Amino acid sequence: MSSTFDTIANIIAETCDIPRDSIKPESHAINDLGIDSLDFLDIAFAIDKAFGIKLPLEQWTQEVNDGKATTDQYFVLKNLSARIDELVAAKGT
Amino acid sequence: MRLEYFQLIDRIIDLKLADRKISAETTVPNTSTIFEGHFPGFPLMPGVLLIEAMAQTSGWLVVAANRFERMPFLAAVKDAKLRMFVTPGHKLSVEADLVHEGSGYAITQARILFDGKPICDATLTLRVLDFPNAEMKLRMREAASRVGFPGEVLPNG
Repeated sequence: MSSTFDTIANIIAETCDIPRDSIKPESHAINDLGIDSLDFLDIAFAIDKAFGIKLPLEQWTQEVNDGKATTDQYFVLKNLSARIDELVAAKGT
Repeated sequence: MRLEYFQLIDRIIDLKLADRKISAETTVPNTSTIFEGHFPGFPLMPGVLLIEAMAQTSGWLVVAANRFERMPFLAAVKDAKLRMFVTPGHKLSVEADLVHEGSGYAITQARILFDGKPICDATLTLRVLDFPNAEMKLRMREAASRVGFPGEVLPNG
């Protein structure tokens, strides 16, 4: 069974036509991989479907805009993977 | 359909939030300045306006899903297929399914039928945002009444 990171890396590679081997856990989706907000909607849709969750993109954006969080917390892929795992776990409770 | 006013939908026929589906009808006008250019001597409903008709129909479904509190804006059109010519006088059925409601966006699968035959379809992404201002919300409520948006979905009737 593939890890959360592998699943989202595969989604990003396929959705944004980015070479899979250039997508690392330390990659920042925006700053390193150059994914813009519209392309990220495609990724969010694929992640929502794959994990049966709803990524709270609006809440994350608001937190970043309010200075309560950094983009690293949500868009560095190892952190995004951790957030997804939390959402999946919360779904099961 | 009033092309010059970008009113692509005449009437909502059915809107079932539980099923996440909408259907609407619209008739291509017999005359329009658009047909003077598209095309001289061979009037055709522009494909981009058929896509707009699907976007507006999808939009009403997303408006309903958000209880008229938020406004959808077309963000992406995927796999659009224009399968046959649409000419003045055609009465069209426009349908959309809400495939996914994400955080700040929605995905619909939309199609247009003529005489039961599919004439175009696409997957649409809409950004779902707060209404930019009170006037737009008011105007959209007026447009909703014009197309027969179901009253039970409107806040305060």
